[in-house]
Amino acid sequence: MSDVSNPSSKLLLGNARRGFVGTIQGIDVVEGHSSLSSHELESQLIEMGFVEGAQVEILHEGAIGRDPIAVRVNGITVALRRREAQAVVVKAVAGRPVTAR
Amino acid sequence: MSTGSFHLALVGAPNSGKTSLFNALTGSRQKVANYPGVTVERKAGVFVTPAGRSVSLVDLPGTYSLRGRSPDEEITRDVVLGRFPGEALPDLMLCVVDATNLRLAFRLVLELKHTGRPMMVVLNMFDIAQRRGVSVDIDKLSAALGVPVVTAIAVRKAGIEELLRRTDEFAARTPEQTKDASRDNVWKTLSISELKGLQREADRIIAATIKLPEKPDTLTTRVDAVVLHPVAGLLILALILFVMFQAVFSWAQPLMELLSGSFAALGQLVHDYLPDGLLQSFLQNGVISGVGSVLVFLPQIIIIFLFILLLEDFGYMARAAFLMDRIMGGAGLHGRAFIPLLSSFACAIPGIMATRVIDNRRDRLTTILVAPLMTCSARIPVYTLIISAFIPPTQIWGWVNLQGLVMFGLYAVGIASALGVSFLVKFFMWRDYAPAPFMLELPDYKLPRLKSIALGVYTRAKMFLYRAGTTILSMMVLIWFLASFPQPPVGAEGPAINYSLAAMIGHAIEPLLAPLGFNWQIAVALIPGMAAREVAVAALGTVYAIEGGKEAADQIGQVLAMQWSLPTALSLLAWYIFAPQCASTLAVIRRETGSTRWMVVTFVYMLALAYLASLLTYNIARTF
Repeated sequence: MSDVSNPSSKLLLGNARRGFVGTIQGIDVVEGHSSLSSHELESQLIEMGFVEGAQVEILHEGAIGRDPIAVRVNGITVALRRREAQAVVVKAVAGRPVTAR
Repeated sequence: MSTGSFHLALVGAPNSGKTSLFNALTGSRQKVANYPGVTVERKAGVFVTPAGRSVSLVDLPGTYSLRGRSPDEEITRDVVLGRFPGEALPDLMLCVVDATNLRLAFRLVLELKHTGRPMMVVLNMFDIAQRRGVSVDIDKLSAALGVPVVTAIAVRKAGIEELLRRTDEFAARTPEQTKDASRDNVWKTLSISELKGLQREADRIIAATIKLPEKPDTLTTRVDAVVLHPVAGLLILALILFVMFQAVFSWAQPLMELLSGSFAALGQLVHDYLPDGLLQSFLQNGVISGVGSVLVFLPQIIIIFLFILLLEDFGYMARAAFLMDRIMGGAGLHGRAFIPLLSSFACAIPGIMATRVIDNRRDRLTTILVAPLMTCSARIPVYTLIISAFIPPTQIWGWVNLQGLVMFGLYAVGIASALGVSFLVKFFMWRDYAPAPFMLELPDYKLPRLKSIALGVYTRAKMFLYRAGTTILSMMVLIWFLASFPQPPVGAEGPAINYSLAAMIGHAIEPLLAPLGFNWQIAVALIPGMAAREVAVAALGTVYAIEGGKEAADQIGQVLAMQWSLPTALSLLAWYIFAPQCASTLAVIRRETGSTRWMVVTFVYMLALAYLASLLTYNIARTF
């Protein structure tokens, strides 16, 4: 899905590992990301605080399949499934290791 | 609701402390019901301001925006816009904001401004915010937002004085003043760019008027490191669920027995003091027994809600939903359905009432529909009666007790059928419905407010008594009537019940039940058995003329073992896995869903499943 060695491909929040710290570049909903329409999913993500420039950190993962994830986004802690988190494009904060799955 | 009173509405995100504020304002003068026809809770109450004005308050379902992402949020949107039929347009909206969690809430405030309605921002939990180092320039904030701002500490009396004073000011405005101050309703669903714009505006206002603490609070994160840990977290959850289950199953028992014992004693008193006859029977077996059968549920309900409200207030519920999401989701159930379903192992009634923790209306309804299939404790006397009479206590495979295995099998079928029906309901009824994705805010941990919780439990118990209780009582009296009328003629032989309407109905439906292997005695016993599942034991005793009620279970078992064939016994077991033999459950379903429709649906589908299961069991067993 996300190839770290290729700088032009996007890093998606849904692929990032626990401990990841970065900033949100934007929301990019692709078909199959969710059972919702792209407008609906994007609106819901923004309403939960996933806006451009916000700082994100993945705090916890679920026990089964490392899903869902608990993410701190600009001070709020939100739990969501990796499937929906695929719509959030992020960039790692410089100096922190990125371990994508 | 008197039209003369001032209508207030609480709007805000979930976890903003709306409930505490609602409780602080209304005290015990609150009512919980359903919005007509839907399984969404309507919390309303009244209070009197210091100026002596009567105010009616509605606590609207928590929402992050007016977009209406779910049926609950649609209700908030519709009430705020004044387009919910039967609900008064609020005279004033109180936008409740968690002062420690401002970003999303302020965006909602800005969106609410578009409606043009009078509103006031309430910075709730202000004491916690101050302790963390948040400092707010109230006047500057009020100017930036364009609406009045007050702070509130819901758990302290002094904490809501300012709020009350401002409410009085609003209510005291003359119609002209109100008209001058109000704006047009220009609200419409926001586009993505408008949404982002509002958030940017909200963040700008926060940066300009509020000083946030240097270091963010880390207590919650540190606790979560354990609570959400893949292994430790699940263990903690299992422990909590186990304790809760034990509490409802075992600890409630002594209280329940005390209650039913007291009512039996009261009935006996009536029996001793009144002459034999209709009035005595009506009072003892109809009214007293009926009221007792309602009150006996109270210990379980109180315990369940104590746990639920404690966990919610503490902030743990969201974590539990996080941990259970994969497991429940795989079974097609909502993450929060595990508490109501687990409670249903003790009794479906507190379980169905507990479905209120599921905010999604359709998931809540689905859980209500399948909760009665979970093997409740009332089935155990029936299972035990038949298993000990018909299943030999042999060991199979060297170490497994056959009787225990059959009991376990009955439990397993109950659970499997609940999952199966849930899947079918989702598949057939909600096919076009896109389920809301799992996106949940994990609030900071907070110390539970005991007074608020006590009030919550009290409100639930009261709700149960006045709503379900009245229905249950009338059903019990009806069942008593069927079992007691008409009375046997003088000098008649056999148990009195054989002359009653119940017997007539039993004989009438016997041909329908014959393919299941049921004889007329079973058919007759099923009528009073509608009162509750465990009543079947005593009812069978009555029909077979064995004295002693359900204490004589062993005796009854022996008689049945001689009179029934094994296929008939197994068929009755299969019947009891599914059959809706509980008037109280049906009554509670009716009250919790707000309409008779789902009660009827539950009755019909469970009856159909029971008939099918019995038919298959009887005929398959007969071939062996």
